[in-house]
Amino acid sequence: MFKILEAKELTTNIFQMIVEAPRVASACLPGQFLIIRVDKDGERIPLTICDYDREKGTVEIVVQAIGAETFKLSKLKAGDCLADVVGPLGNASDLCFEDIEELKKKKIVFIAGGVGTAPVYPQAKWLKEHGVDCDVIIGAKNKDLVILEDRFKEVCNLHITTDDGSYGRSGMVTVALQDLWNEGNKYDHCVAIGPMIMMKFVCKLTKELGIPTVVSMNPIMVDGTGMCGACRLTVDGQVKFACVDGPEFDGHKVDFDQAMNRMKLYKTEEGRLMLKAQEGDTHHGGCGNC
Amino acid sequence: MDGFVRVPVREQDAKVRATNFKEVCLGYNKEEAEKEAARCLNCPNPKCVAGCPVSIDIPGFIQQVKEGNVEAAYQVISKSSALPAVCGRVCPQESQCEGKCVRGIKGDPVSIGKLERYVADSARELGIKPEGAKEKKDKKVAVIGSGPSGLTCAGDLAKMGYDVTIFEALHEAGGVLVYGIPEFRLPKEDVVKKEIENVKALGVKLETDVVIGKSVTIDELMEKEGFEAVFIGSGAGLPRFMNIPGEQAMGVFSANEYLTRSNLMKAFDENSTTPIMKAKKCVVVGGGNVAMDAARTALRLGAEVHVVYRRGEEELPARKEEVHHAKEEGIIFDLLTNPVEIHEDENGWVKSITCIRMELGEPDESGRRSPVEIPGSEFEIECDAVIMSLGTSPNPLISSTTKGLEVNRRKCIVAEEANGQTSKPGVFAGGDAVTGAATVILAMGAGRAAAKGIDEYLSNK
Repeated sequence: MFKILEAKELTTNIFQMIVEAPRVASACLPGQFLIIRVDKDGERIPLTICDYDREKGTVEIVVQAIGAETFKLSKLKAGDCLADVVGPLGNASDLCFEDIEELKKKKIVFIAGGVGTAPVYPQAKWLKEHGVDCDVIIGAKNKDLVILEDRFKEVCNLHITTDDGSYGRSGMVTVALQDLWNEGNKYDHCVAIGPMIMMKFVCKLTKELGIPTVVSMNPIMVDGTGMCGACRLTVDGQVKFACVDGPEFDGHKVDFDQAMNRMKLYKTEEGRLMLKAQEGDTHHGGCGNC
Repeated sequence: MDGFVRVPVREQDAKVRATNFKEVCLGYNKEEAEKEAARCLNCPNPKCVAGCPVSIDIPGFIQQVKEGNVEAAYQVISKSSALPAVCGRVCPQESQCEGKCVRGIKGDPVSIGKLERYVADSARELGIKPEGAKEKKDKKVAVIGSGPSGLTCAGDLAKMGYDVTIFEALHEAGGVLVYGIPEFRLPKEDVVKKEIENVKALGVKLETDVVIGKSVTIDELMEKEGFEAVFIGSGAGLPRFMNIPGEQAMGVFSANEYLTRSNLMKAFDENSTTPIMKAKKCVVVGGGNVAMDAARTALRLGAEVHVVYRRGEEELPARKEEVHHAKEEGIIFDLLTNPVEIHEDENGWVKSITCIRMELGEPDESGRRSPVEIPGSEFEIECDAVIMSLGTSPNPLISSTTKGLEVNRRKCIVAEEANGQTSKPGVFAGGDAVTGAATVILAMGAGRAAAKGIDEYLSNK
């Protein structure tokens, strides 16, 4: 069992938790993820590591309640336990293995969308710790949904954009990137993490601008160790397993349309379970399965 | 009773069991077991023992069954096997112990597997446990993977007095016994879990949710955590795909994924939150035991199921018993058939699969007749799901993160057959991680050999 030390709601439906997981905390690097299971009947779900403390043996996760399992997770409080936390999984960001002096010469931009803001944080923080500057664009629907703003400000040059213009710049992340580019920010490297549709459009733009772009893919996963292929996607015409070959890939080579399509696989099933989880004992019908 | 025919074993009716996940084979009761045990001739030079990869004293335990001494029978088996309730169920006995039984020359061989199962099941009901070590050795050994080879190796080492910790990547121990082999062949709560508890009762520690190569490396276990020897029993869990067009369509699964969802995550059960696709018409590609398991699982979830296999009935690598059970339950076999392309509908879901008819050509060097396509014989099978069961290979995660560990070109770890020694001092390996996908009992045999190898290594250190 893995104890939750802190739990709070950052904004509507987005929750932050600090969990005791010493093995994960001692081994993880930015870009990696973990798989958790809330309880014995639970599903295994992948979550990106948002921060870690090697000495305390803890990892921080940020999760959006969108399905039955994440809904169950969001109800947990400090002192509760998760049945399972396994990781770190996947490969760490390539940035962690590059020559620091070379990195310092590069102008790097991170583009974070929605709950994808969380996994960008450890990368920006890692760069800061190694003396490398970077820009981060956080995109959110509106002011209330911007998360981790203060922590980002400590580690990067932060640009916030909201779809409705209620805070920071106005418009999608792609608009913000184009504006920054036009303002003279000539980036050499881009990392985009967020909903697949956002990453797809960022890649379309960065291809035009000629910025090499890395994306962190978030397909359906089961084991997260390469034994099932549920998370497979096509990169440069080759089949890859996101859990072991990724999750980061060259964004200009990912087949996003296929990857987005595969996300729909359990849509109706998930909806049914979500309804059941929300309504609990009062659940009777409405899910199309009763 | 002339003794030439084995005592039949009771099974769930095919029509009924096709709709549930309860165990198909109900096993012998006391009377049936004693009657079957009486058929054993107690050969002075028993061939059956030579056919068992872990050399169980088969006539020895069967004589105890005959006399009604279940506990004594269990202790005889326990000397050689840590997982009798599992092996009695899933071993291909026809090509092992029972294949060598002299009774089989004229008539049926003795039902050794069913008797082993009877002994293990009865012992469990009676609460009989295997005997642990009398003296402890102050030496730590790490076992990577809690499948059949790891459990056997750990059990043997614990009996020798070593301080053993098993590291398992998944949230539950058992390897293929929990994620691969379905409930209807191998019940998890009553059989697998209990058998693993027996191994733990010997003093073996178990740490789940640890991915060796990610959470911690073998080098770290040896250098920082004080393990003096390591056994790698990480299996062969990496699925293969065909690389044909359409394989990324929604509704195409690896058998590993489909079975993991159903077996480990219990997706067939209403209380589980893990989803699984309940197909209407499902094509399973492949002819091994895993293909049979996937097909019979899909059937129980409500599908019409076709098994598509490129060779003929005789060449099916699955156990005869499994093929027989599958047919009884209504699985349709499309033999000498191979998939060419999967087609998807406008929403990206599988709608059909194009297959081509095959014929068997001349035998190749290995003596196996290889299938050859019959030009122009393509045809289409409408379906909404395809499960690829083409075999698996070892996961390179451990070999790629362990310094000095030699692998062959198939990514299998190179290890001595007799003692499991790898190219790295103190590191031993066995089971599918070394051989590629094979059987439960061969993995157990390798785990046993490695336990002996580790004991010799640590005794001389």
